[in-house]
Amino acid sequence: MEAFIPLLTIFMLAIFVGFEIITKVPPLLHTPLMSGSNAISGITIIGAMLSVASSNQVTMVLGFLALVIATINVVGGFLVTHRMLDMFKKKDS
Amino acid sequence: MSSVLIDLTYLVASVLFIFGIRGLTHPRTAVRGNMLGATGMLLAIMATLLDQQIFGAGAEAFGWILGGVVLGATIGATLALRIELTAMPEMVALLNAFGGGASALVAGAVLVGDANPSTQTAVATVASGIIGSITFWGSLVAFDKLRGLILPDRPVVFPGQQILNGLLALTALGLGVMVVSDPGTIQFYVGVVVVASLLGVLLTIPIGGADMPVAIALLNSYSGLAAASTGFVLSNNILIITGSLVGASGIILTIVMCKAMNRSLVNVLVGAIAEGGGKVADADEIYAGRVKITSAEEVAMLFDGVRRVVIVPGYGLAVSQAQHQVRDLANLLESDGIEVEYAIHPVAGRMPGHMNVLMAEANVDYDKLKEMDAINPSFEQTDVSIVIGANDIVNPAARNDPSSPIAGMPILNVDQSRTVVVIKRSLSPGFAGIPNPLFAADNTLMFFGDGKQAVLDLIAAIKDA
Repeated sequence: MEAFIPLLTIFMLAIFVGFEIITKVPPLLHTPLMSGSNAISGITIIGAMLSVASSNQVTMVLGFLALVIATINVVGGFLVTHRMLDMFKKKDS
Repeated sequence: MSSVLIDLTYLVASVLFIFGIRGLTHPRTAVRGNMLGATGMLLAIMATLLDQQIFGAGAEAFGWILGGVVLGATIGATLALRIELTAMPEMVALLNAFGGGASALVAGAVLVGDANPSTQTAVATVASGIIGSITFWGSLVAFDKLRGLILPDRPVVFPGQQILNGLLALTALGLGVMVVSDPGTIQFYVGVVVVASLLGVLLTIPIGGADMPVAIALLNSYSGLAAASTGFVLSNNILIITGSLVGASGIILTIVMCKAMNRSLVNVLVGAIAEGGGKVADADEIYAGRVKITSAEEVAMLFDGVRRVVIVPGYGLAVSQAQHQVRDLANLLESDGIEVEYAIHPVAGRMPGHMNVLMAEANVDYDKLKEMDAINPSFEQTDVSIVIGANDIVNPAARNDPSSPIAGMPILNVDQSRTVVVIKRSLSPGFAGIPNPLFAADNTLMFFGDGKQAVLDLIAAIKDA
């Protein structure tokens, strides 16, 4: 339980930070916000990497599957967000 | 590398994620923000490679990790670079699915590998399993509906649906309690995943096409919460921080979308519009003898000597992929000295911000893409409003008729402009299934046809005139 409280604290504070910044994102950029935050939520990739390194066979296989789809999420998310944002430029011509 | 250094690197990565999202508050800083996020991710991955569990596992583990990353990156990059921008809602649904699925898998993997998990680990594993599986299957259903593959775009409802969903949720929780009390029996976790998967499918099938923005935003939030739960499984700060940021983001978008439809989240999730009281006006009664049909030539003449034109893009524009033609039309009008702006309703399209991305793809300056509240006061000074493939979001019944099923929904007040041209395939109702008095209004001209073809005809007619 002692270990849980600091984690819960971090969780709550991060939610507040999230609400604070995200309410400032204009509707103009809501789609890139979704795909970009989605890419970031692919952070599970870290857990997947650790599982792949496990000596337990089942953990390793599940971890590998997770690693592949988490990587799709991360790489696909950041790239497609970049592609979209690249179009939101000031047109001076 | 010591675990302190790894944790410090995670902290730096978390800060980069926060700055990254903050970059998205303005189009000028958004590209950099996204890059900061990606840098944070790279740092976090590098640091994890140096973790004792991986570093100590030797070359074979590295090989598998490298293989998995290369495979995933290839698929991800191919998807991201190939996908049509009109298909962004599907892409986001798919990415949501992968994020949620990965979280549920990792939680399961940890549970299998842990001989004696703590209560925290077990509870968090159940949470990850439930949320992750709902996200995975729910997002796949959303993807399917958006693509129109197996399931229809319209809501799929059947009697007793809510009761069944309630029972499934209770079963998942019950199995979850079994996981916590007996973490060694992995079948219980498998049961949690199976039941939650079924629930994910059943929760998403009643959500209809035009409600998709809400569903996608909510599933986005779930994918974040699933990652945060996995963070509790691993006692890993960066997963918790990142997951809760994304969870908060999805919730905010969900609320924004619900407000833009003047509906409660429960109402959207149950998939019932037009059933919650309110009589549906008879279409014949509203349209009979009042609808004025126009042609490209007639519309072209409308633009003689006007000063301000507003274009209202809707889902129909996305379907007929008319964004480039619409931009050409706007350029043509602007070359005649006419001021052209775009009115973007928050729920136009199939996901939050859908129309903005579409018009940005067609090289429209983002300063011309106006939010509903910003542009609504200006319709009275607008000479011509052109509505392309939109219906419910410009239905004045929402404002005038308290008995309408969409009463109170904020709309774009196009009916207040001098002349309204509606480009649409037919008089068929929009998603809400109700007739639109705008189409029968004195100042409205109906221009029937496919969005792209109609705009092309219009451009040709203006050039001829």
